[in-house]
Amino acid sequence: MKNIIKISIFIIIIFIVAVFFMGLNKDTNYNTNVLTGKKISNISLEYFDENKFYKEEDLKKNNYTLINFWAAWCAPCRKEHPLLMQLSKEKNLKLLGVNFKDKKKQAEIFLNDLGNPYDFLTKDELGKSSVKFGIYGIPESILINKDLMILKKFVGPLSTEDYDSIVEIIN
Amino acid sequence: MLSNFGNLLLFINIFLSLTIIYSALRCLKISSKFIPKTIYQISTLQSTLIIICFFTLIAGFIVSDFSLTTVYQNSHSLKPLFYKISGTWGNHEGSLLLWVIILTIFSFLFLIFTKNHPKEYRIFTLVIQNILILGFLFFILFNSNPFSAISPIPKEGLGLNPILQDPALAIHPPLLYLGFVGSSIYFSAAMASLITNYSQTTFAHSIKNWVLISWCFQTLGILVGSIWAYYELGWGGFWFWDPVENASLLPWFAMTALLHSLIVFEKRGLFYFWVITLCLLTFILSVTGTFLVRSGILNSVHTFASDPTRGIYILLFLTLMIFSSIFLLFKKYKKENYDLNPNSKETFILVNNWFMMFYLITVLLGTIYPIFTDVLTGNKISIGPPFYNVVIIPVVVIFLLIMAIGPKVKWIKEKFNNLKNYLLILLGSILINFLIILLFKSYSILSNLIIISSLFLIISSLIDAFKSFKKNKTNFARIISHASFGLLVMFIGLNDIFSVEKDYNIKLGETKNFDNYSIELQNLEIEKFSNYKAVIGSLEIKNNKTNKKNILKPEIRIYENPQTLTYEAAIKTSFLKDYYLTMSNIDRSDYYNIKFQKKPLMIWIWISVIMIALGGFLRLFQNEKYN
Repeated sequence: MKNIIKISIFIIIIFIVAVFFMGLNKDTNYNTNVLTGKKISNISLEYFDENKFYKEEDLKKNNYTLINFWAAWCAPCRKEHPLLMQLSKEKNLKLLGVNFKDKKKQAEIFLNDLGNPYDFLTKDELGKSSVKFGIYGIPESILINKDLMILKKFVGPLSTEDYDSIVEIIN
Repeated sequence: MLSNFGNLLLFINIFLSLTIIYSALRCLKISSKFIPKTIYQISTLQSTLIIICFFTLIAGFIVSDFSLTTVYQNSHSLKPLFYKISGTWGNHEGSLLLWVIILTIFSFLFLIFTKNHPKEYRIFTLVIQNILILGFLFFILFNSNPFSAISPIPKEGLGLNPILQDPALAIHPPLLYLGFVGSSIYFSAAMASLITNYSQTTFAHSIKNWVLISWCFQTLGILVGSIWAYYELGWGGFWFWDPVENASLLPWFAMTALLHSLIVFEKRGLFYFWVITLCLLTFILSVTGTFLVRSGILNSVHTFASDPTRGIYILLFLTLMIFSSIFLLFKKYKKENYDLNPNSKETFILVNNWFMMFYLITVLLGTIYPIFTDVLTGNKISIGPPFYNVVIIPVVVIFLLIMAIGPKVKWIKEKFNNLKNYLLILLGSILINFLIILLFKSYSILSNLIIISSLFLIISSLIDAFKSFKKNKTNFARIISHASFGLLVMFIGLNDIFSVEKDYNIKLGETKNFDNYSIELQNLEIEKFSNYKAVIGSLEIKNNKTNKKNILKPEIRIYENPQTLTYEAAIKTSFLKDYYLTMSNIDRSDYYNIKFQKKPLMIWIWISVIMIALGGFLRLFQNEKYN
């Protein structure tokens, strides 16, 4: 009896340690800062208007892409919008908009009022695809190059300084 | 320069630890009853050097020496001096150095303050403690070196995570470390006691003050962490059952159990192996907590960057610790004969321990269960307050009642002729409870029970204090801690019952009304600060009954180094209540989303915890007086 208790205690502890060990090798990418300098992969975003998907291959066609996560309900998104309109004039840069957890109608009104800066517009109604980019609040923007490498991340609305740094990188 | 100096000191410390282990084991062969002077000297040198080592790192932070990777990654030349200094332990590498300092200093102090105990016991404690020190020194040197250099030297640092730039968080790690790293010394002592068969009640004397010290600091450390969470995280709560919070609570449960069973062991010589188990368990839980936090296996509010290799090292260390302690415990274990009368203090203390173990297991399961589901089934789940509230709160009611009765029960056997008194106190508690409910109108059976049982504990502690004051035989330490625990539970209960929370989407110039209050968003400003920009709202809270007005200014901050978005709560504290207001931009409209909370008696929750720890410190002084 005594030995059974001893052995079971050992087994339980070995089990716990083993699970901890396996848990260590699982990746958890909630921390967005570590993403800079990494490549993004397995991208598939549904187009805003059509039932088609924007894929990795599409991203590779652009020299630089700024992926911008926005929604009509987000006040700071309005604030950064003029800067996005400015950026849309840059030849070397394509803008990929991801409409985040939004109502389609609201989003359309937003773009009608303020203008549409996006070369490609996709949506993420449930906010699930955005998690892959390490997004947990919007607005957020990610600048990537042809090789899908994340060059810079912008948390919160873009500032004029951010604007300058983007222009500097892409030219 | 600092990098070389720091590394050199680390190497010397490793050498000194090895020397202590070697010379300590050698002196076992000498028949003298005393530990040779050289060991004291080396131990003194070891403590001095590790402190200098730490000050070297602090100096690196103060002068912003970005040639040190740690300084570069966690500091910024524009940061206020206070946060430069606290930045030293606000990161993984620096905080590990703090670990080693506490291990070393406790080792030194234990050596000095246990001169009346057997030589072999002290020697083995020293050896085991130094093995722990060595383990952490190697970890620091080869995996998490705070003195590793970077070249070319960067011009500017990356900055400390903004939510860590807070006075409460500057003192949180040192307090907590004194608690759970401090528990290492009775881990070593327990191992030494098993090895040398030192199971007399004097063993309790040698560790009880250390248990008390670590318990007091652990309590304060947890408190400061909660205060920080309350002010900084913007959810309005102070305890979230976040895995990292749980990690600090687990050793606390074990320490509390130990604190109590140690009394039985000291007075009656019972529960020796149970005391040993708790000593071992406390430090093992501390290291487990460190593992959970630092390996990045869990996601939580603590943003230590994760790195699996760190995790593997700590896990290896942890496994070695667990297996060696279990092996030793099993080898030495002898069945003890507990002949306990159900109506005795011993039984009540044993019951206290059962409760502590129940809490411990509940929280432990809740904390590591998500890891298990993630690893075994791939599901990411999180266990939140609902689980803990359902499992723990009902049990607290019974716990409080027993906590009120237990201390007055006599050793060996109690006749219980004061049952009438208890019934009277219970009646009084129920009456007060109904007065509270009647005055403020709120009702749920569980919350009533919580209030009644905490009142029961408070009143009986007060009567106790009054009686013992008359007899001039006082144990104020225990009374203060117990009564304050009752107060804590009562204030948490009242706070929970009478909190008001309102959620609005509000536009500039708009006013919202509820109960007796009105809130108006009067102004919005955007300001630029040195390392962040902020959207600051001015909201007026008006109590329509008393016509009192308060302006609260919550902020949305966008930090640049590193880039982070934080919501700063605006809090107005008074003796009776806190107003708590956060503002955010996340809502399905153009408006700002504000969350207003009225939280009664918040400050008293903090005060109660301080009083609980105060009781511990008081006991420490009493112990000193008796010795």
